[in-house]
Amino acid sequence: MSVSTTWIAYRTIVTKEILRFARIWMQTVLPPVITTTLYFIIFGRLIGSRIGPMGGVDYINYIVPGLVLMAVITNSYANVVSSFYQAKFQHHIEELLVSPAPNWVILAGFISGGVARGVTVGSVVLAVSCVFAEPHLHSIPLTLLVFVLTSALFALGGFINAVYANSFDDITIIPNFVLTPLTYLGGVFYSIDLLSPFWQQLSLFNPILYMVNAFRYGLLGLSDIPVGIALAMTLIFITALTLVSLRLLSKGVGVKT
Amino acid sequence: MAGPLHALSLKNLKKTYAGGVEALKGISLDVAEGDFFALLGPNGAGKSTAIGIISSLVNKTSGDVTVFGRSLEREPEAVKRCLGLVPQEFNFNPFEPIGEILVNQAGYHGIPRREAWQRAEQYLNQLELWDKRRQPARRLSGGMKRRLMIARALVHRPRLLILDEPTAGVDIEIRRSMWEFIRGINREGVTIILTTHYLEEAESLCRNLAIINQGEIIENSSMRELLTRLHSESFVLNLKRPLDQLPPHEGLWLKLSEPGLLEVCVNQEQGLNPVFDYLNRNHIEVASLRNKQNRLEQLFIGLLQRDREEMAPGRAISPSSRPMGQLLQEGEGEQPRLQGDG
Ligand SMILES: Nc1ncnc2c1ncn2[C@@H]1O[C@H](COP(=O)(O)OP(=O)(O)OP(=O)(O)O)[C@@H](O)[C@H]1O
Ligand SMILES: [Mg+2]
Repeated sequence: MSVSTTWIAYRTIVTKEILRFARIWMQTVLPPVITTTLYFIIFGRLIGSRIGPMGGVDYINYIVPGLVLMAVITNSYANVVSSFYQAKFQHHIEELLVSPAPNWVILAGFISGGVARGVTVGSVVLAVSCVFAEPHLHSIPLTLLVFVLTSALFALGGFINAVYANSFDDITIIPNFVLTPLTYLGGVFYSIDLLSPFWQQLSLFNPILYMVNAFRYGLLGLSDIPVGIALAMTLIFITALTLVSLRLLSKGVGVKT
Repeated sequence: MAGPLHALSLKNLKKTYAGGVEALKGISLDVAEGDFFALLGPNGAGKSTAIGIISSLVNKTSGDVTVFGRSLEREPEAVKRCLGLVPQEFNFNPFEPIGEILVNQAGYHGIPRREAWQRAEQYLNQLELWDKRRQPARRLSGGMKRRLMIARALVHRPRLLILDEPTAGVDIEIRRSMWEFIRGINREGVTIILTTHYLEEAESLCRNLAIINQGEIIENSSMRELLTRLHSESFVLNLKRPLDQLPPHEGLWLKLSEPGLLEVCVNQEQGLNPVFDYLNRNHIEVASLRNKQNRLEQLFIGLLQRDREEMAPGRAISPSSRPMGQLLQEGEGEQPRLQGDG
């Protein structure tokens, strides 16, 4: 395909993906807004005042980055896992497979859809947080970069999950049993400085910790981990998952017999 | 380049599914450019498997697929560009409006949106679906869904259109209008490969055909050649008055299947006149007459039967040595002495 036809194919997939989650915004955008609002009220307002400051800022301000990122992670993942699994389940993935759109364009299209949802929901939640807290933007470019990289990484995770999924149960197992625990243990609600050395070391194996900290740095200028290392780790994970996804697509795993 | 350009060429194509089912046992086939080609065979023969491999939906086990001289393995994008597929099963998003389905498919082919809408309008109009362009696909009737898939397969103007049972579950009137439509597409130069279980459809539309059975091609010839092999034809006559017994009928193959129903089998040189002479002589009045079986259907059943017998071990008669006429009739031993070139 030429550059312009490739671009049209990519844009078609992305537009379709964005319209999909926009059309069902009551299921996609609204719930995370409600959940995080509750977190802000309960942990920030009601309990936060008893906890006192963390990392030198009010507790509510400390948890904003983590809560925003949690929404970004779950939404980018959920978007791709459900969209790709449905396309597989209803067989309309075949519309793409019979078309000359190359595999990397198909992957880029789905991942961009996930990034779009992650960034949209993240931004809405960030806006809501302004009602309860006073997050100041330490670095806008870094904040945006972390938004996009985190969304891309978890969109890729959702894609791989969807490739292997054979039932609707299979697309909820990883979010429930892997993503949620990792997110909660990824320093959303606390600084790992509070942990004993053993748990601190163990936390370093959690990829989400790096993103939460990079994002916290973008918003507050605070991080448990050097930002350069956090970004590099994220990029390494993205590269690895991209290669895995392309390999799965070219072998037709889960979509061809 | 040697020889004419084939729209499709399969070389020793094999497919064994993960469960161990050998769906294709090495089929080879050429379809000429501009042809209207029938791919026939009973349920489970391997038609959809072959089509799936050609259209990149099924991974082959071995063999080669070439479309307009391009290898599917080496130039998949080039192959996909000239291929349009109407699959056997519905495979669109049931919640997507049908106009969008077409425009998005065009988009995957790199066709700009404005042009895509023009094409969608053209094909949806021709297939009488334009009024429904804003409706989600699930609200269409079965026949409309089939037509939607035809429109979708055409939106990028493919040179080779593959139709896997496009008329399954479509009423007679619409089926005929679909035939006309597909014939028109073929006249414009698009090569067409059609699978169908309605053999009269294949007979009236297709110029060449292959019959596939249990993953192997058991017949590959032109429709005309195949039909001329059929030297006999069977008719059923409805008699005005029921008969208990037939008067002597030397030289004619007649059978009273019911008191008012007379079966007649004639060979082509003989024709029906001697039968009518006989009926007039004996004052037997005929109310109506119909062909007992579609001609292609007769052949088809004969070929499958022969194939089955070949597979069965310990058969004494070599199938090729048996007269064709005998092969053509299913389960009827007492056939007249018809000669064929089997
Ligand atoms: N995904 C699959 N996994 C395992 N076996 C399969 C699969 N798809 C088809 N088969 C088997 O392969 C064989 C050929 O099936 P195929 O669908 O190609 O037949 P067909 O000629 O299209 O039949 P029909 O006229 O019923 O559509 C059958 O035995 C079928 O059971
Ligand atoms: Mg089939």
